[in-house]
Amino acid sequence: MIRIEPREAPSRRLTVGIPIASAMLALLLAAIPLSWAGANIGEAYQEMAKGIFGSVFAFTEMLTRATPLIFTGLAATLAFRAKLWNIGAEGQLYLGAMAAVAVGTGWITGPPLLLIPMILIAGAMAGALGMAGPAYLKTRFGADEVVTTLLLNFIILIFIQMMLEGPLKDPMGMGWPQSSPVVDNAILPQILPRMRLHYGLVIALTAAVIAHIMLSKSVWGLKLRAVGENAAAALHAGIGVKRTLMSAALISGALAGLAGVSEVAGLRGYLTTDLSPGYGYTGIVVAMLAGLSPLGVVLAALFIASVFVGADTMSRAMGVSSYLADLVVSMALICVLIGGFIARFTIKITPANKKVSTTDTGAA
Amino acid sequence: MEILDILLSENFWAAALRIATPLIFGVLGALICEKSGVLNLGIEGIFAAGAMAGWMAVWLGADLWGGLFFAALTGAFFGLIHAILTVPLGLSQHVSGLGITMFATSVSYFTYRTALPQVSTPPRIEPFQPLDIPILSDIPFLGTVLFKQTAMTWLALFLVVLVWWVYNRTPLGQALRAVGDNPDAVDAQGLSVYGLRMGAIVAGSACMALGGAFLTMSAFDAFFFGMVNGRGWICIALVIFASWRPGKALLGALLFGAFDAFQVRLQTEVGAFVPSQVFLMAPYILSIIALVIVARRAEYPRALLTPWFKGQR
Amino acid sequence: MINDTVLSLNKLSKRFGTVVANESVTIDLKRGEILSLLGENGAGKTTLMNMLFGHYMPDSGSIQVADAEGNLAPLSLGHPQAALNAGIGMVHQHFTLAENLSAIDNILLGSENLFAWRRSMDTARDKVKDIMQRTGLNAPLDTIVGKLSVGERQRVEILKALYRDARILVLDEPTAVLTPQEADTLFANIDVMAKDGLSVIFISHKLREVLAFSHRIAVLRHGKKVGEIATKDADEKIISRLMVGADTPTSPRETLSVGAPVLELIDLSVTGISARSSLEQINLTVYASEIVGLAGISGNGQSTLAQVISGLTSPTSGRLEIDNQPVQKYTPASLLKAGVGRIPEDRHHDGIIGAMSVAENLAIESLDSSDIQKNGFLRHQKLKLNAQHLSQKYDIRGPGIEAETRLLSGGNIQKLILARVFEASPRLILANQPTRGLDVGAASEVGKRLLQARQRGAAVLLISEDLDELLALADRIIIMHNGELHVAPGRDRAQIGLIMAGEVS
Repeated sequence: MIRIEPREAPSRRLTVGIPIASAMLALLLAAIPLSWAGANIGEAYQEMAKGIFGSVFAFTEMLTRATPLIFTGLAATLAFRAKLWNIGAEGQLYLGAMAAVAVGTGWITGPPLLLIPMILIAGAMAGALGMAGPAYLKTRFGADEVVTTLLLNFIILIFIQMMLEGPLKDPMGMGWPQSSPVVDNAILPQILPRMRLHYGLVIALTAAVIAHIMLSKSVWGLKLRAVGENAAAALHAGIGVKRTLMSAALISGALAGLAGVSEVAGLRGYLTTDLSPGYGYTGIVVAMLAGLSPLGVVLAALFIASVFVGADTMSRAMGVSSYLADLVVSMALICVLIGGFIARFTIKITPANKKVSTTDTGAA
Repeated sequence: MEILDILLSENFWAAALRIATPLIFGVLGALICEKSGVLNLGIEGIFAAGAMAGWMAVWLGADLWGGLFFAALTGAFFGLIHAILTVPLGLSQHVSGLGITMFATSVSYFTYRTALPQVSTPPRIEPFQPLDIPILSDIPFLGTVLFKQTAMTWLALFLVVLVWWVYNRTPLGQALRAVGDNPDAVDAQGLSVYGLRMGAIVAGSACMALGGAFLTMSAFDAFFFGMVNGRGWICIALVIFASWRPGKALLGALLFGAFDAFQVRLQTEVGAFVPSQVFLMAPYILSIIALVIVARRAEYPRALLTPWFKGQR
Repeated sequence: MINDTVLSLNKLSKRFGTVVANESVTIDLKRGEILSLLGENGAGKTTLMNMLFGHYMPDSGSIQVADAEGNLAPLSLGHPQAALNAGIGMVHQHFTLAENLSAIDNILLGSENLFAWRRSMDTARDKVKDIMQRTGLNAPLDTIVGKLSVGERQRVEILKALYRDARILVLDEPTAVLTPQEADTLFANIDVMAKDGLSVIFISHKLREVLAFSHRIAVLRHGKKVGEIATKDADEKIISRLMVGADTPTSPRETLSVGAPVLELIDLSVTGISARSSLEQINLTVYASEIVGLAGISGNGQSTLAQVISGLTSPTSGRLEIDNQPVQKYTPASLLKAGVGRIPEDRHHDGIIGAMSVAENLAIESLDSSDIQKNGFLRHQKLKLNAQHLSQKYDIRGPGIEAETRLLSGGNIQKLILARVFEASPRLILANQPTRGLDVGAASEVGKRLLQARQRGAAVLLISEDLDELLALADRIIIMHNGELHVAPGRDRAQIGLIMAGEVS
């Protein structure tokens, strides 16, 4: 007989240890597809490690890859904390990127000190707007935001395509559907010379710290957590539930929008429809691995970015499909879900006809 | 005038039914899961897995029905993972479902790339052919609309009837409805809540995978990355639109198919003036509108999203 | 005949951690006997029954059940299915019915072969109809359960057990949801069934009904059986002394002259939700320094009224005034601001946020106060001191003020809510079922606090299903039936009961 018993309170060791163990387990499980693809497993892991720690360049590449993931991870974290299922970070990322190129490709000129904040604000606002719609449909009509944000991802991507073939198309782009390049004064500067790593990372880290402070120390954060944990009680206690949800939605969308700005103005320099290889969706995994803690998001994003960069390097060296990275990331999510269960419950296995009770006192 | 011509043409309705077919499988699958109380957002990935598995089985030498069976089995496998995570473990159905979508998609893509490392155009298979039923096919209008579809469309229509029958006419259907409303009621009568729910998720996921298989084995004849393209999510919207009823699910999928077929035809008429992307967006926008219209009135299964643990009242 | 034993519980014991839920409880049940199992909340009644049903495994002891021939055989412990097969049926306090199925489908659920291609219900229907005729338990069989009244649902629950040939029926607080008149009908039905050979265990904490119709009474206290007595030899005094260990303490109350009107409902109507929960042209005034008791069977509009006063529902017409000021905006925040303190009906669902700390839950209704925040940021030190102070003052016990509130017991959660409500010194207190599910100690604490508030000059609207509680605490009693208010003619239980049932208006 297997019984599931809730733990009184999960220990700190478990809440930190389980995500780490899940991530490592997912990495180990990668050995199965690797051996199936016929690769030498030891060598494959070595190549992966080389791709992350092999050189300063490799390491900065990993940090570059982690930057958008921190933003989308924070976007998912803040929304999920309010039990608002924003699965639309992918679309909001593109909206942010589009706003950045709309503002930052020569329409306005000025010094970096003016242009950079402007494209950041424009991108954040566009992302926020992208989540305002689903949040409005949810609070006003009760339309499930999971479905609306998922569908909006497709709509937005097609919309971007339309823009890139229309008003935003680069006249010098030889007919390719891409935007004009972001002007130099709006480009996020590089942190190290000759490396692609840019100041988007600094902005992302700052955002994580601010999100942490707001969530744990501000009244707004308390309201957000209250709404997420028990909306009925929050409403009863006089908290404006719809307003809190809307603010969580806007901030979540804005963070996802910033991911788009950071990619377009820090890395690519122009917008195409393959700007993001699913950073919005991966942000959900980042948030879950982080246990929905903003500071944890940074660590989780570093891990996921390592998997991607490492798998890319390994893939080039050994000819194993780089879809391995997506496989590891999805397995990490499933592992951390199960891990979260283990943190909250203990599983007791007792002989067949001997039952152990649950912890309630059975008061009648 | 031209619009009327489109709506009255038999090819239009045949196309509508063809477009609706994978959605019928998907909506039924989602319905089976949700009626038992569990949301399955794995649907998008299970579509991809079904598309990939069915196609690859045939490419490796299985016959079409064997491929279909293998696709269903693959869907059932991913459904089982979702079932374990959400039923006995009671984990977040949203996150688990998204995890299944990511997992199933990446498994499919990785498998495809590993089996076919260096191909740019995927190899083709001989897909299901339209069934030309001798006399019936000659009936004007209906002959083209109904009797020139592939066997998979017929399978989808049969499944609608089967699901309706099970839920309205069998003891199993009563138990499945009850477990999505009040699991305690099922438990108190000595039935297994876990068994019913897990069974429903596995069966529903197998059904979803058939919708994916339709794409590679009937609509097209090869597997492409990104070919599911949000069809799974549309099914999640449609099942709410259909108030969890098999008949309405069929109707919803058909309406959707008709709309999609219509916009393609409209595009050829007015394509010169309107960017093609407007038409590409239309199905997704339509789904959102449908969802908003019914959202307030939707009678969700009462126990949807609520995990149940044995011995905890 | 009445001497055949059908069930015998032998020295059953059960502990949960350090808490003793049952200690060496021995009870025998005879064929055709109605046994009342009496005890306060937390006395161990439900644990005992859960062991009988195999939901819990006893730490020690055994159970024997008679088979159809009357021979006692040991029951396999820890298996609900074994209890069902042995002919034990249970009607839980919370009905276990699927609301989207018809009554007969609920009755048949699980008794048919799941994998049959079609259903053949004729013989089953005949059997159910036969049972209904024999016992008088009537319910519309083809109606969806969601559309049945509470009394009808309860009869469906009993029919479910009888359809499965239960020879022993356990009823857990069956009258909590019924009018006195409906309860009488139930007792009459049970009486018929008992004469037919059914044995009944009747769990209750209401002395009156226990004395009125059971054959024997067993009393549990702190998990032990403290007495067993034939009903004909018992009276209220003996039983209540057994239950509580001493005479029930009554809170001392002074006569106070009432003050100015605090709450006024003027032609208040709420329509359009459902017929059962709408309000029609309600007029009510509650004055300072008085407790008004609102009696009624649940589902007659009390919840809607509570929602309006809490700011969760807006009236469709009419208005609500607090201290002569009409309420402009029906939101919880504006009513809180107007001086309304609310003790919600479902304290776990509406009263606390289980995953947040005790300190945060204590502060959650006063987030705008400068004691809690400065410039939008929480003053953690103040929050903590405040929580420590209130925990002591209201005797909130648990793993600490930083611990998650869900870890607190029901009584301590209610004390937390009391602390939050009373510390704001509200003008009006809306107490909706404030003692439901609490043990004697915690319940009397609630009563004491309400009387203190009255003393202080607050107006109190006390909504309760427990007439005894209302009679003990309220200055006057109003009865709600079908969305309308009726003034109680006096303190006569029978009269009040008739109005609750809608027999007299």
